[in-house]
This record gives sequence, C-alpha cells and structure tokens, in this order.
Amino acid sequence: MPAIAVQRLGEYTVQLRQPPRIVGAFTLMGPREGAGPLGQYFDAIVDDDMWGEVSAEKAERKYLEHAARRALDQAGLAEQDVDYLIAGDLLNQIVSATFSARSLGIPYLGVFAACATSALGLGLAAMLVDGGYARRVLVATASHYQSVERQYRYPIELNIQRKETNQWTATGGAAAVVAPPGEGAGPRITRITFGRVVDWGIKDANDMGAAMAPAACDTLLRHFQDTNTTPGDYDLIITGDLAKVGSKLFRALVERVGVTLGGKHMDGGASMYGTAPWAGAGASGSVCSMAVLLGYVYKEMARGRYRRVLALPTGCLHSPTTWQQGDSCPGISHAIALETD
Amino acid sequence: MDRDRKAIEGAKDYQRLVQQLAPKPNAARLAARAFLVGGTICFLGQFVFDYFRYRQPTEGEAIAATLASMILLGVVLTALGVYDDVGQLGGMGAAVPITGFANALTSAAMDFRREGFVLGMAAKMFVIAGPVIVFGILAGTLTGLVAWLVGAGP
Repeated sequence: MPAIAVQRLGEYTVQLRQPPRIVGAFTLMGPREGAGPLGQYFDAIVDDDMWGEVSAEKAERKYLEHAARRALDQAGLAEQDVDYLIAGDLLNQIVSATFSARSLGIPYLGVFAACATSALGLGLAAMLVDGGYARRVLVATASHYQSVERQYRYPIELNIQRKETNQWTATGGAAAVVAPPGEGAGPRITRITFGRVVDWGIKDANDMGAAMAPAACDTLLRHFQDTNTTPGDYDLIITGDLAKVGSKLFRALVERVGVTLGGKHMDGGASMYGTAPWAGAGASGSVCSMAVLLGYVYKEMARGRYRRVLALPTGCLHSPTTWQQGDSCPGISHAIALETD
Repeated sequence: MDRDRKAIEGAKDYQRLVQQLAPKPNAARLAARAFLVGGTICFLGQFVFDYFRYRQPTEGEAIAATLASMILLGVVLTALGVYDDVGQLGGMGAAVPITGFANALTSAAMDFRREGFVLGMAAKMFVIAGPVIVFGILAGTLTGLVAWLVGAGP
C-alpha cells in the first residue's frame, strides 16, 4: 500500500500542497474598536457594545453569527456550500460558537485556543481543504468585553484599579471562508506551525502579555527553523495580542537568540486602541487577532502593501479557577504564513 | 532534550526579564490619588455626620443615618456607572470606605441580574464583598472573645 506523502517541513510545520485561499472575510466590531487606529479596516461597526441584546453573552453570539453570515456573503456562498464551521470563543463551553453553529446549521468543529483561536481555526480549515476533506470551511470567532470580564475577572462596575499590564477584551466578531486556490482572490495560507503549550511560570493573570510571550517566541523560532526562513523573508510578522508589555518581552526573547525583527513586527493588541488610557497594555480577546488579520492585514495584502505575512496569534490558557488555585498561566501561539500571488 | 533544557533555563531568568521590562507604576502619584479620593469621601462622610448630629436625638442614630447615606451614595454612583472610574482614579481610596463596600455589592448584583433574581443577583451579590463580611465578623468575634478572657469587656 503506497505511503501517504507527508506534507511536513522540519519538525513542527505543515506545508500545504495547494495552498487554499481566504476567499471571503468579514469583521464586525464595537464602537471602541471602530474608534481606534484600525477602525477604518473593519467592515462594520456597531454603535453600542450590547447591540440591542439584554446580555453580553447574547450580544457576543450575535456578533459571531452575523460575521459568519456576512463572510459567506462576501464569498458569494450559502451555508450549504461550506462543509465545516470551525469556531471558538472565550466563554465557558464556547457557547457563542455553539449557539451560532446552531443557527447556521453547518457541521460544527468547536475549538478552544483562547486568543489564538483565529490561527487554530484558519490553520485547521486550510488543512481540511488542502487535504480534500472539505470543499470549503467557514472559520469564525467573537469576544465581548463584558462577558469575558464577568467570567475571568470582576463585575463591570467594580471599583478595581486596572494595572498597566491589564488588557481590554475587544468586542466584536470576525469570520472568513477558506477555499481552494482556484475559487477566488485573497491571500493563500501556505504554511502552518501549530504551537505547543509554553509555560514560563507567570502567575499574574493581569499580565497575560508576559504569560504568552514565550509561546510566541517558541513558535516563531520553530517556524523559522523548519522553513529555513528569517524575518527578511516576510513583509510583516504580526503577533495576536501580546500588547505593549508582551511585545517588549517577545522582542527581547527573540533577540537573545539572535533574531532581529526590526520594523517588521506588529502586534494586533497593541494597535487596536492606540494610546487610549483605559486600554492598559492593549486589546485582547479571541476576536482581536482575527479582526486585525481579516481587517487590516487582509485589506493591506489586497492593496499590495504586504506580500508575505507571518501571523502568530497568541493565547493565554488559564482559567479563573486555576489562577485562584495558584497555577501559572500557560501560553500558546500558532503561526500561519499568508502569501499573495 | 537539549532544547528542553534550554527552554527551562530560559524560564528561570524570565521572571527577572519580566520585572526588568515591566511598567513601573508611580507609587507616589498613586498614593497621592488614593489619599485625595479617600480623603474626599471621608470628608463628605464627616459633613453628613455633622448634619445628622444636629437632626437626630442620639449620636448612635446619627452614625446609623450617616452610614445609610454613604451606602446609598455608593449604590447610586455604581448604578450610574461612575464609581468604577472613581476606583480607577483612587484605588484603595475608593475601595476602603463604606462606599466601596456598597459598590462591591451593587456591581455584583448588577452584573448577575441576567441570571435571574434568585440564582443570579441574590446568590452572586456577595461574590466580591463576601470575604469582608466573613472576616469582619470573625475578627469581631475573636476580639470580643479575647476581651472577655482578659476581663476587658463591659
């Protein structure tokens, strides 16, 4: 029996044979995100976080479902044209993803990678399409400041003083359709380096940037090693939401092993809110990296500003329970390489 | 194996790197803000107490009326969405006075209203303030016990 050709590069990276494209994308964000420096790149802005819903949880699933449907519209497809929905969010039991999947009626692969859900979803979607296991895959995520604060941290109106390392969960939904290269225009997903969980002992859940930076460094170095590339081979290396503090640590860590990112590094979380004081170190949330990728990066690649991009969304995998029990916060980062023709 | 060892070595001095690159909060400025915010709330409380002392027959009732008024103030400012900003500004200066306690109860009650009045609001109302009640009563009981043992009680 002939062996299946293994499509791997080095130890950790997957090389897609016929790199699939992101043929449709939609980003739907809240007012604070719309008012930030990347606001012009988002497809729609809602004027109130709650979007007419009675709870933040109901609003979050509305963002996710709506973004998913509009992404299908952008690609000129209907629900039945897509074989899987890969979706995740930050809430317990990933309910926003599940309840959206209920409405969409597409076979549902729920995933959890905290704020790295975007790369996990897009990577898996690319593998399913490239492997011939799906004609097309819809990937979606959403997060909401209030629902995430309730679950992970404190009541919204509590007088707690936020530290400079705290991040502000982004509110919104973002989705993309991944399809074979012949089916449309859009950047191709060429390589995927899924990360392993990296925990360097950060116990402070108020400093997620520090918890995630080692994971981003780990995945980046593995990707470079496997693909035999350097920062010079990319026009942009964009991390998900390390935010201002985490980005400094990430750059320091990679420089220690001789990798210079120079001006190529950008962080979605650090860019989302500019210098807004309430944002602390910057944005977080599963929608942050997805919206920056599908809004800013996607559009700038279409304009020709970036031709080869390495995206490294990062996630902090603690729970309020593990944190209260004294466990440190493990991080993860998944890398996907995007290329325009 | 070698890579894993390097990873662990990296982890050991990572804490130091985090400390090094961590934003350094201006302790003096934060303390000043706490002082001013906390002081303002207490000054306001004193003003309220002085007013009630004239209006109430006994000092005990004046104290009770003052506490009730300050708690009401905390509740109203929380409901208006203002007290969290006071907290961001003043830190412990906003948390320590009784207005802060009222905020802890009110903010939790507001947040969990969605899950119903019984299992949501009523059950979760004490999620932040609970420890204050538990340890406050415990401390009072122990103090009373010690006072009784040394014969210092009434």
